[in-house]
Amino acid sequence: MGLSNASSGINILQEELKIEKTTAEDRIVALGGNPNVGKSTVFNSLTGLNQHTGNWPGKTVTNAYGSYKYKGRNFILVDIPGTYSLMANSVDEEVARDFICFGEPHTTVIVVDATCLERNLNLVLQTLEITSNVILCVNLMDEAKRKNIHINLKKLSHELGIPVVGTSAVKAIGLSNLMEEIYNISYGRFKLSPMSIRYSEEIEKAISMIENKVRAINQSKLSSRWISLKLLDGDLNLINSIDKYLDFDLSKEKNIVKEVERAKNYLKSMGIDRDSIRDIIVTNLISISERISKKVVTIENNGYKSLDRKIDNLLTSKKFGIPIMVLLLMIVFWITIRGANIPSEILARGFSFIERNLSLFFQWLKAPAWIHDVLVLGIFRTLSWVVSVMLPPMAIFFPMFTLLEDLGYLPRVAFNLDNFFKKSYACGKQALTMCMGFGCNAAGVIGCRIIDSPRERIIAIITNSFVPCNGRFPIFIAVISTFFVNFIKGTFQSLVLALILTSVIVLGVFMTLLVSKILSMTILKGLASSFTLELPPYRKPQLGRIIVRSILDRTLFVLGRAVVVAIPAGLIIWLMANIYLGDSNILTYTANFLNPLAKLIGLDGYILLAFLLGFPANEIVIPILLMSYMATGSLIELNSLAELKGVLIANGWTWVTGLSVMLFSLMHWPCATTCLTIRKETQSLKWTLVSFIIPAVAGFSLCFLVVNLIRLFSLL
Amino acid sequence: MEDKYYPLSSLAIGEKGIVKKLTSNDLMRRRLLDLGLINNTIVEALHKSPFGDPVAFLIRGAVIALRSEVASMILIEKINVEEE
Repeated sequence: MGLSNASSGINILQEELKIEKTTAEDRIVALGGNPNVGKSTVFNSLTGLNQHTGNWPGKTVTNAYGSYKYKGRNFILVDIPGTYSLMANSVDEEVARDFICFGEPHTTVIVVDATCLERNLNLVLQTLEITSNVILCVNLMDEAKRKNIHINLKKLSHELGIPVVGTSAVKAIGLSNLMEEIYNISYGRFKLSPMSIRYSEEIEKAISMIENKVRAINQSKLSSRWISLKLLDGDLNLINSIDKYLDFDLSKEKNIVKEVERAKNYLKSMGIDRDSIRDIIVTNLISISERISKKVVTIENNGYKSLDRKIDNLLTSKKFGIPIMVLLLMIVFWITIRGANIPSEILARGFSFIERNLSLFFQWLKAPAWIHDVLVLGIFRTLSWVVSVMLPPMAIFFPMFTLLEDLGYLPRVAFNLDNFFKKSYACGKQALTMCMGFGCNAAGVIGCRIIDSPRERIIAIITNSFVPCNGRFPIFIAVISTFFVNFIKGTFQSLVLALILTSVIVLGVFMTLLVSKILSMTILKGLASSFTLELPPYRKPQLGRIIVRSILDRTLFVLGRAVVVAIPAGLIIWLMANIYLGDSNILTYTANFLNPLAKLIGLDGYILLAFLLGFPANEIVIPILLMSYMATGSLIELNSLAELKGVLIANGWTWVTGLSVMLFSLMHWPCATTCLTIRKETQSLKWTLVSFIIPAVAGFSLCFLVVNLIRLFSLL
Repeated sequence: MEDKYYPLSSLAIGEKGIVKKLTSNDLMRRRLLDLGLINNTIVEALHKSPFGDPVAFLIRGAVIALRSEVASMILIEKINVEEE
């Protein structure tokens, strides 16, 4: 038995990914490419809604595959992680390489950026070393045209010896050509003879020494030449993967190990030591990319990046970089707050209409009153609260956020803030995960996958909830409107509101940095790993696509999980408010118990209880609180801010209570979904607990400090 | 010869240099190589971030931000702008 693909016909990797072919005739297509080249646009355009997402087996790397039909055949497209290289320098690269090598795709499509071809060719060449069935998809042809960059696709195809298709995926241009080529290659209608990548004479000799031995045992589809090159390079990671997927341990093949040693000694005698083999391989690939790129790319005027440069000089400048960033944040909040009011009211009215009819329906059924109360006043009302309070701001916030993302602004945020993160011994990309946290902390935690260093990733995960998510905005907005801006009238009011909200967020960012630093000096000791951040070219956003994507992928996802938690939460809260122990219900009983502790930090027992009961979703904190104050036994919504203020003041609120509530809302425990996500992402109960405790301790301490300082000063 | 080389971090904004040597090892070296920073690659310092570090460089058509510690591991030969 040699080095062979599993004879049973079942591919482990396909099996683990749960890729199901409908017939044996289905073709599997791997879709790779550098990050930021529009690979996901190509993927979405081809597969539409026919997608499955999940994780790569055993890895926290997102995996997506989808299918489409072409000429009556079924194609399964696997979206492999976007990488610059396949040399397994990161988990993403390892996953990408493993799928190309062991996932047995019939065709591998590499998507490249037409405006940056030379850089992208490195990945193409590395793929060609592994497999011959490669199609090059040169995307963003329209961008390139705008920047006066011309690419001779025919010549490029000739140079590489593989089909080359030019596309503008956002406009769906070139996709049918791409599908045609995939069809041709997948069914072997053409035999490809891709360019062979040659190395210097010495390396070639060393390769051929090993290759003979490898070929003798290699019955897999992997190229013997490539395996030999990797053995020479000392790529242990690949040897492990070969062992894992092909069940063959090359390091135990005495013949081969001996030959590799001999080849390395030969190279040493020629003046090439072990450490420089990798350098020579990479240098060769990059030189070839450079040579090909020179042949096929013509740039008409050299200043093609001049506009990007001008924008960057402004958006990342010393004077304006940070102010513009804060201003943009404020504008986003302002639009969200202003825009959400009306749809929120309409939704709330719609829900109360449904509720009234549900009540009538229960009366008609002659159902017992408690069933009506549990289902309608408990569950349905909580549900409608969550939806009407959450949906409008999210439906406004997420598209705006996606717009900034599409424009290419977010990497600039990371660039602007990196210095702070460096001083906290953390990764600059943490700024990006924080931005995702604004939408939803669980999403932010998943986003931490972009951070390579495990230490820095854990820090980013633990501190993510210091950025308030959408669900917490209603609390801030309610408190700020009632206690801090009520004396201002008109449009100006929402501007000041947005300003105060922005300050709260800046405090959250400050706490993130502070806690990151403390973590780096204590339980997560270490220095900042060196990191590199690409600032991709600014792109014209596709509005329609942004709206569809942010509503489908983000808004509905977050809303869906909020609804799932709101139903049991509604039930529990209703029960607590309606089951009496002696004179008072469980809610009041518990609140009285919590009161002394809550008073210490400027809250009261009901507020603290509302935060505790709001663990499933932060959105329900305010409604629970009002429900307990009004002792109505079910959630209520007040129609005007004046009424809200009346209730709060009647229950002993002052502006200090308001301040405390805001601080505590910014810093307490992450919601249940976020905790579960942290557990999943870190695979560790310990880090989940740490992530739960740290913001809680920070919130308690800061509230205690602020409230008691204010008390002290007002006594003096 | 090496004393003629400067760290990339010493490049002023607008200046260009030619990569001559990487002093980092292992993973960082591979990352830098993947960015295309092989010998004789031309690199241009584009702009600084608001606090001076990191700095964005133009490397083979891509804009890459590097922290100063990383940039100091890349040794370059300065290109005289007038000569060019």
